[in-house]
Amino acid sequence: MTYLRLLRPGFWVAVLAGALAAGCAVGLMATSAWLISRAALHPPVLHLMVAIVAVRAFGVGRGALRYLERLFGHDAALRALGSLRVRVFRHLARVAPAGLAGFRRADLAQRLAADVDAVLDLLTRVLLPYAVAIVVGAGSVLLIGAMSPIAGLTLAGGILLVGVGVPLLQARAARRADGRLAPLRGELATGAADLLHGLPDLIAYGAAADRLDRLARVGAELRAAERRSSVMAGLAAAVTTLATGLSVLVGLAAGAVAVRSGDLKGELLAVVVLTPLAVFETVGTLPAAAQRFAACRAAMRRLTEVLATVSPVSEPAAVALPAGPHTLELAGVGAAWVPGRPVLHDLDLTLAPGDRVALVGPSGSGKSTVAALLVRFLDPTAGRITMDGVDLRDIPSDRVRQIVGYLPEDAYLFDSTIAANLRIARPDATGDELREVLAQARLRDWVDGLPRGLETAVGEHGMELSGGERRRLALARALLAGFEVLILDEPTEHLDDETAAALTRDLLAAAGDRTVLLITHRLGIAAEVDRVVTLGEPAIAPLRAADAEPLHA
Amino acid sequence: MKPLDPRLLRYARASRAYLAATVVLGVAQAVLIVVQATLLAHGIAAVFLDELSLDGLTPTLIALAAVTVGRAGLSWLQEAAAARSSASVKDELRGRLFARAAALGPGRVKTGEMIALVTRGLDALDAYFARYLPQLVLAALIPAVVLARLLPADLLATVTIVLTLPLIPVFMALVGLHTEAANRKQFRLLARLGHHFLDVVAGLATLKIFGRAAAQADNIRRVSAEQRRVTMRTLRIAFLSSLVLELLATLSVALVAVGIGLRLVDGKLDLATALLVLILAPEAYLPLRQVGAQYHAAAEGVAAAEEAFAILESPSPAAAPASAAGATGGAIRFEDVVVRYRERDALRLSATFEAGEFVALTGPSGCGKSTALNVLLGFAALEEGRVLVGGAELSASDLRERIAWVPQRPYLFAGTIRDNIALGAPADADVKAAARLAGAHHFIADMPAGYETVLGDDGAGLSAGQRQRLALARAFLRDAPIVLLDEPTANLDAATAEGVMAAIRRLAHGRTVLMAAHRPELIALAGRVLDLTPVGAQ
Repeated sequence: MTYLRLLRPGFWVAVLAGALAAGCAVGLMATSAWLISRAALHPPVLHLMVAIVAVRAFGVGRGALRYLERLFGHDAALRALGSLRVRVFRHLARVAPAGLAGFRRADLAQRLAADVDAVLDLLTRVLLPYAVAIVVGAGSVLLIGAMSPIAGLTLAGGILLVGVGVPLLQARAARRADGRLAPLRGELATGAADLLHGLPDLIAYGAAADRLDRLARVGAELRAAERRSSVMAGLAAAVTTLATGLSVLVGLAAGAVAVRSGDLKGELLAVVVLTPLAVFETVGTLPAAAQRFAACRAAMRRLTEVLATVSPVSEPAAVALPAGPHTLELAGVGAAWVPGRPVLHDLDLTLAPGDRVALVGPSGSGKSTVAALLVRFLDPTAGRITMDGVDLRDIPSDRVRQIVGYLPEDAYLFDSTIAANLRIARPDATGDELREVLAQARLRDWVDGLPRGLETAVGEHGMELSGGERRRLALARALLAGFEVLILDEPTEHLDDETAAALTRDLLAAAGDRTVLLITHRLGIAAEVDRVVTLGEPAIAPLRAADAEPLHA
Repeated sequence: MKPLDPRLLRYARASRAYLAATVVLGVAQAVLIVVQATLLAHGIAAVFLDELSLDGLTPTLIALAAVTVGRAGLSWLQEAAAARSSASVKDELRGRLFARAAALGPGRVKTGEMIALVTRGLDALDAYFARYLPQLVLAALIPAVVLARLLPADLLATVTIVLTLPLIPVFMALVGLHTEAANRKQFRLLARLGHHFLDVVAGLATLKIFGRAAAQADNIRRVSAEQRRVTMRTLRIAFLSSLVLELLATLSVALVAVGIGLRLVDGKLDLATALLVLILAPEAYLPLRQVGAQYHAAAEGVAAAEEAFAILESPSPAAAPASAAGATGGAIRFEDVVVRYRERDALRLSATFEAGEFVALTGPSGCGKSTALNVLLGFAALEEGRVLVGGAELSASDLRERIAWVPQRPYLFAGTIRDNIALGAPADADVKAAARLAGAHHFIADMPAGYETVLGDDGAGLSAGQRQRLALARAFLRDAPIVLLDEPTANLDAATAEGVMAAIRRLAHGRTVLMAAHRPELIALAGRVLDLTPVGAQ
């Protein structure tokens, strides 16, 4: 398990402190039991002093040590969380976007963030309690076993039952319940989404009541199924109570026999009988920890899946390139996002310095794939792409992207300010330089009119801006980066035709003397470019849009 | 956080019976704890001092076994009851939430949040019912029963416990006030960091295009380290609360143990009583301490419940005017209508649309084209003015019965194509005829299962043109005197739009049509154009 590497020295300090804390609880009960038994024989008080001091020390020690356990445990977990985040991000940065084409884009990022956070739970609420329980359980078994082997064995059996047996039973019950509940939960979620997203249509057509009835029926089925599963819910608590009671019971019986036969001093009987009460206070938390582990394991499995992805492009050592301007050439190029599902066949295309070429074709014909190939998000499965005669595969992808820039259809805006979004392209750009590119993108007047100007927040995914503003801001960012070759993917959704056409004109004007590859679905673009290249019908229709499209830029 | 929100009992009747059951089970559990302690104390004392043999101990052992089985049975019952009532409570709340959302109408609840709430959010109530609520009841019952047993046995120990026990809730409340604020701050920080991580992962391809991915990795490392420092600062104080609680509980037990030990030496106490005190003293503190430990589970459940209550208690939209029944067709009149949205005028309109007229509403985005349609659908509340149909002011539902609506992006439900077209129509409606009129029959017939083809999430797999034809088929089937169209050809290419417009022409025949439109060829379909551009906004 690679996740064990996440354990820091601080974690083991936490285990030690936790074990000592739980040891204090056990010690408090054991010493008190002995103290009282001994006191019943009316010895001089002086003979009890050590026990009295020990009882008080255990009383204080437990709280203090538990505090240390939690502090060190959380510190170690937060450190692990930090390094896991960086590790996951580094990997994603290597393989995205083409390496993640097999994942559904919508939930990948969301899931990832939550799954990484699960490591906090794993360390502090699963591994730590188990490590502590193992140490304290073993110590208590040895202590009791030394006085009464039968009682010791019973205690060991009880601990194993609660710490291992119950979690296994629980897991089985959970699997069976999930099998029954998951389809109903899914049906309910779909129904809820249908009701809420389709509410205008439902109300307008007077069909809302019917929908509510249908949802109520699914809800009632789910309730019935959940109630059937409730039989297993009390298992952990019941078995823990049973194991505690049994350990005490056997302790009393075996202790009584041992006392009578003289194998056990009478004053130790209470220790043998009562100590398990304190032990199970610690061990009793294990079923809950195990349940949490099930959730953490699912998160780790998903992370492992993501971390197992491989980069679809090779990363060669640095290579010498002519100074430019650069010529790009595609010869007989084919490509696929998912192996065996080609989306592009036998494409020939030359982009000489200063060329303006439009790439047109129906959706699914591989237009965006051409862009991904040119910025080396993807390597061709057939044919060859060259830059000034050098195969693109022999040039580090970062180097390629210093020359070739790509403005995708739905360019991503970060939840930050306008200035911060622009400075992604050039961190050291001055305010004047930002205004300059905003002017080229015809956005400067709008920005200047905003009360906070460049420091205006754009919102999550740029949602505070209109579709056109988002688009222009992304264009300004691409211009700021100073790419020599610019690939522009024309937006089709959320903008009406007129706005889209006006944008494209501004876009071409702003691009100046750069080489431009314009990806568009408008056939009437010919007048505005030097050349039009048409891609044919899609080779194989994608099963679903989400499968065919990569994580968007 | 309130320990128990009375609204939960009000909105979810199942929770009342459960609370009653928990109290009964709690009393039984407390009694069995005391019985078990008494049996153990006497058993140990008898073996140790009275030299009782195993045979003499047998009745005690049998009784102990019975008590153990009884306690196990009670905890099983408790959790099973919790799971059962939690299932009922969730179902009840879900039902109320759905009904409320439907009553409030579109745009009044945040869809994503509500879906999260009814699917996963309410599941947080499981832990609330199974762990927190019973623990709360036990925290009140067990100390009382335990102290009642200890009082006749040993006054001094009882007094010690009675004096220290209330300190626990007092301290919990004191540190709770502090930690709750700290926890909230902490949670916000975590959320912000999670959000930041999400943001950069979602924008990874963009970062790569600009060569900024590596720099972001360092940024994530830095922010994580900062988060750890700030978190640890809060935790150092937050954990102090549990330190105080643990200290109080264990130290009290230690004091009691030493106290009875010393009185035993002096012969003021017998061993059985002393053991009874030793066993029961921690039991008195345990449930109170565990209430604190369950706080987290409880807080999530309470947060989910509060979110639900907020929706259930959100104010209803203004009541629709009483319906003047009888009026069927006739002209639609907007009299000095004003609609405000986010404190801005979304629409100002005085206009009459004659029966059978086809009117295109035009103007730039945001001028109120869709709002005018929403007024008729009852989705937008009037700030001023009124709307008359056939000379009468109709209630929203009466008006909607006369309307067929084709939105810009019609929603398609999980289900068959037939069900989607027959939305709100009687069971024997002629779906096929409506589909033919809408020009949808051919592509439906070409599908593997025809009209019984089951659509994916929100019609996944259908093109924009096909969706629009299905929505038109719905409108044909509804056969209503008034038709509202909202940019029906947005997002369609020219050839597809042509087909959709032909269907619109058929639909408009003999009906009053209001159409929000942008494209010139679409506007050309209408008999009259009404420009909604606000005066002075040119």
